[in-house]
Amino acid sequence: MTAPLLDIKELKLDVSAGRSLLPILKGVSFQIMPGEAYGLVGESGSGKSVTSLAVMGLLKRPLRVSGGEVVFKGQNLLALPKREMRRLRGNRVAMIFQEPMTALNPLSTVGRQIAEMFVLHQGKDWGEAMKLAVDALASVRVPNPDRRATNYPHQMSGGLRQRVMIAMALACNPDLLIADEPTTALDVTVQAEVLRLIKELCAARGTAVLFISHDLGVIASVCQRVGVMYAGCLVEENDTALLFSDPRHEYTRGLLGALPRLGSRSLHGRQRLVDIDSIIADRSKLTETRFIAPRRDEGGKP
Amino acid sequence: MRFGFNFILGALLTVLVILAGIFAPWIAPFDPVLNADLMNAELPPDATFWFGTDAQGRDVFTRILFGAQISLTVGIVSQVINSIIGCTLGMTAGYWGGWWDDLVNGLTNVMLAIPSLIFALAVMAVLGPGLPSLLIALGLTNWSWTCRIARSSTLSLKSQGYVQAAQTLGYGDLRIMFTQILPNMMGPILVMATLGMGSAVLSEAALSFLGLGVQPPFPSWGSMLTDARQLIRTAPWVAVFPGLAIFLSVLGFNLLGDGLRDRLDPHMRTRTP
Repeated sequence: MTAPLLDIKELKLDVSAGRSLLPILKGVSFQIMPGEAYGLVGESGSGKSVTSLAVMGLLKRPLRVSGGEVVFKGQNLLALPKREMRRLRGNRVAMIFQEPMTALNPLSTVGRQIAEMFVLHQGKDWGEAMKLAVDALASVRVPNPDRRATNYPHQMSGGLRQRVMIAMALACNPDLLIADEPTTALDVTVQAEVLRLIKELCAARGTAVLFISHDLGVIASVCQRVGVMYAGCLVEENDTALLFSDPRHEYTRGLLGALPRLGSRSLHGRQRLVDIDSIIADRSKLTETRFIAPRRDEGGKP
Repeated sequence: MRFGFNFILGALLTVLVILAGIFAPWIAPFDPVLNADLMNAELPPDATFWFGTDAQGRDVFTRILFGAQISLTVGIVSQVINSIIGCTLGMTAGYWGGWWDDLVNGLTNVMLAIPSLIFALAVMAVLGPGLPSLLIALGLTNWSWTCRIARSSTLSLKSQGYVQAAQTLGYGDLRIMFTQILPNMMGPILVMATLGMGSAVLSEAALSFLGLGVQPPFPSWGSMLTDARQLIRTAPWVAVFPGLAIFLSVLGFNLLGDGLRDRLDPHMRTRTP
């Protein structure tokens, strides 16, 4: 058994609200092997994104880590000095975002923005970096990479911009790519292309992926293992196929049950789409043992 | 792209002042200092002396042309100093926050509370009269507005996706400020600087009028007004033309600044004529 690339041990996050501490993550642990694609699913506010920000070391006040370790290649990232952490970001650990529309600087050409990664992390000079940037654009299958490198972000479509983001993130061949809902803002056909691109590029380079989404279909098509998050806890973790065929946790079953299916009508006409009571649970009312109890799985009143 | 009438007028006036300043040595009919000739003192405007002559018999038109050099130098240099101080403080305060933000905010409020001309006077009193100290004094007085704009722009830009993306890509704080934030807030800063040029020209005139700015016999519009004070009844043209020059150049800078704001500020864009 090889050592995990990323080992998150009992990670706890708090936000201080007034005098009381509100727990955001209540001891999350999971491991990502080198080259593995790991998916995190869960509803909004379940702690997926803060987990990824904690790995990047980019938590902003009032959020703070109150316990646990984030071990990346044997180093605890939480104890790493700022300068070291910055050297790691974008170089060994990279991230792509949900919003390709806003994630690029509008006043700089995309070629220059990609080239800056080589200048910043590999000490290349600008001329060489620009050539590498064109190659990087070609590798994410942007047509006419020479010409596209001189474009500004507003001249590109959402799908192209997301490709540029992927090119930037993968520019330095990172060991881990964090993809925080990278396809949410894209339409379905573009989404399929971008997903395939992430999958193929990461497989070819041996890059591990932490894939965050609330879309089970997307997770199923990309990831080998899935963790289900709910209210700051990792409630279930399994191989993708097993999770879908045999969900063990009540919340996972609810989540899978809430998937809309084509032609899902019952005998007496239209059937209500099953939901897990649509309001996010009030954290203060959840108990340790049955933290799903205040919610019902069919939209009924609690 | 359509430009409003005001913007074009402002640009024309500004260009006129710039051309007058640059080409003064070639187009001016006389020497601004040395052609004093008491036989020609206080002549009304005519074909030889377009704007008349002053008490020493010097051509007012020539002196106004050369005065444009002083006004432009003062306007541009003081605004460059202002913008550098204001952007540096405002951007770092907005980006880092914390005690540094509080400190800069406090300093800005203090600066806004002191009347800028009084502050400039105090600086001049320490440094002594003359053009260099005038530039420093005006450069140190009006940065607080720029600082506020820079800080608030930084606060809103900081939450933009590309600034956060830059953080995850391992950019350092300074690199983010220079490559991501500064270029994206240049619009409002440029507008502030252009508008500030008008008030700097006015302040220069006021300080020179008080005898603290450019020293005679070198021509500055403000000091020309001082000299013309006693002549206003007998030879009004000596006062009117420098006054007009100040008025038109300040008007030009302000209209240009307003026009630029309409161009560069997306919130104002719908209102352009």
